[in-house]
Amino acid sequence: MAEIAEMAEVAEAAETAEVNESLLSPVLDDDGAPFWQYAARGELRVQACADCGGLRFPPRPCCPHCHSFADEWRRMSGRGRIWSYVVPHPPLLPAYAAQAPYNAIVVELADAPHIRLVGNLVSGPDEPLDSVPPERIRIGARVQAVFTELNGVTVPRWVLERA
Amino acid sequence: MPGIKDATAVVGIGQTPFAKQLPESEKALACRAILTALDDAGIAPAEVDGLASYTMEETDEVEVAKAVGLGDLTFFSKVGYGGGGSCATVAHLAAAVATGQATVGVAWRSRKRGSGPRPWKNTAVQLPTPAQWTRPFGLLRPADEIGMLARRYMHEYGATRDHLFNVALACRNRANQNPAAMMYERPLTREMYMTSRWISEPLCLFDNCLETDGALACVIVSAERARDCRQRPVYVHSAAQGLPAQHHGMVNYWNDDPLTGPAWTAARHLWKHADFTPEDVDVAQIYDAFTPLIPLSLEGYGFCGRGEGAAFTEGGALEIGGRLPVNTGGGGLSEAYVHGFNLINEGVKQLRGTSTAQVPGAATCLVTAGEGVPTSALLLRS
Repeated sequence: MAEIAEMAEVAEAAETAEVNESLLSPVLDDDGAPFWQYAARGELRVQACADCGGLRFPPRPCCPHCHSFADEWRRMSGRGRIWSYVVPHPPLLPAYAAQAPYNAIVVELADAPHIRLVGNLVSGPDEPLDSVPPERIRIGARVQAVFTELNGVTVPRWVLERA
Repeated sequence: MPGIKDATAVVGIGQTPFAKQLPESEKALACRAILTALDDAGIAPAEVDGLASYTMEETDEVEVAKAVGLGDLTFFSKVGYGGGGSCATVAHLAAAVATGQATVGVAWRSRKRGSGPRPWKNTAVQLPTPAQWTRPFGLLRPADEIGMLARRYMHEYGATRDHLFNVALACRNRANQNPAAMMYERPLTREMYMTSRWISEPLCLFDNCLETDGALACVIVSAERARDCRQRPVYVHSAAQGLPAQHHGMVNYWNDDPLTGPAWTAARHLWKHADFTPEDVDVAQIYDAFTPLIPLSLEGYGFCGRGEGAAFTEGGALEIGGRLPVNTGGGGLSEAYVHGFNLINEGVKQLRGTSTAQVPGAATCLVTAGEGVPTSALLLRS
């Protein structure tokens, strides 16, 4: 009997560990790495063609317009508007289920409305994904980028300009 | 250039039961569906020399060919992008048969998505590009990714949950006529829909397709050969794949017009090579992993104008007797979700006149593959 109790205890601990399992971090690749490196400095930068100047996202090796392989990373103001959003409910990966229902938003950047970033609307940089009630989210709402650390990678989050 | 117009025909279809859990392996289910389809056509397995299937597939050509005793294969292809590849399997075989690369082609889909793992739970294969831009933020599942586009669509065009309900209801009503459908004995009401649990707001449970174990297959031969087969031929009139410029898959948030998806690209090619127009389509089988894909596809394939897809569903338009009956076997929402292959076979049944929800005198059918990913489509005619 003691053995069974012990097994149950181990199972319970494993379950708790699963719930506390951290959120997914971005898996960096050659094209996208600079975005995350600039984010670590608190800068929101988007890849631009060094020849024709066109912005592109997601990052890629060459410019789809002029085919130049020369690029630069242009700093954005971090201001934007909510383009769309969803409120996911379980079944989800455990770490996300623990915060569900939360929001995921797409933000179009004020500096370049055709550049859109997926993120989360939060009440402050290090607040959880469910820290803004879903009924406060509106398409068109003005937001500002802030940054938080996710398992060693700095990622942008978004706060309402007028909270 | 002769092209493939009416050069080939679907002469055999086969399917296994559809269920949340079937005991047999995907390979065994594939073999059963293929043998049933060949028997339906009256063609011996040893005569098969062409195959087409999906890349997201656990039963490869070698395994299937040796199990069911196929002949020497001279053409075999696999199409990517999950449900976006369904119609392309038939399109590839039609092209192969029309150009002499094969004489008897079999396309199939076998999947244990009812009892097997959910693909989105595998973060190892999902996280690289472009997932680094979406998944850390909790955009984890296809329902979340399409939900994002659906919310924007509703915002831009005034589409409502009632429009999405129209789609779910039409599919469920047809499933209620189809004894093979998983939802055969499960009617749907507006109250059930409106009070069901959320999956990813704005999408609720009934906006999402089923999770199914099952397999289907069909047989394609030349139009000439088709005349000698056991069943009334259903001709492949036009076929297309579609991967639009600057398209990003289900997370299509990064181009000028995210709501103009692969359907628009496939449609332009499809209609360019067809002798008829959207107005001449008697019945349509439109890929329905999620309800919003139907209004988006109605627009893409030209049944209505941009932004009019939701309004198109009003007044029973998608029901039998409506402007465009859709998914007459119940579709992915209510018959079975087997990456859209049941939509192909249902299109064939309609044009044979053997559907459980037969559209009287149906002579033309549009079948589409997954919208929101690189897609494909077929125009079938009797």
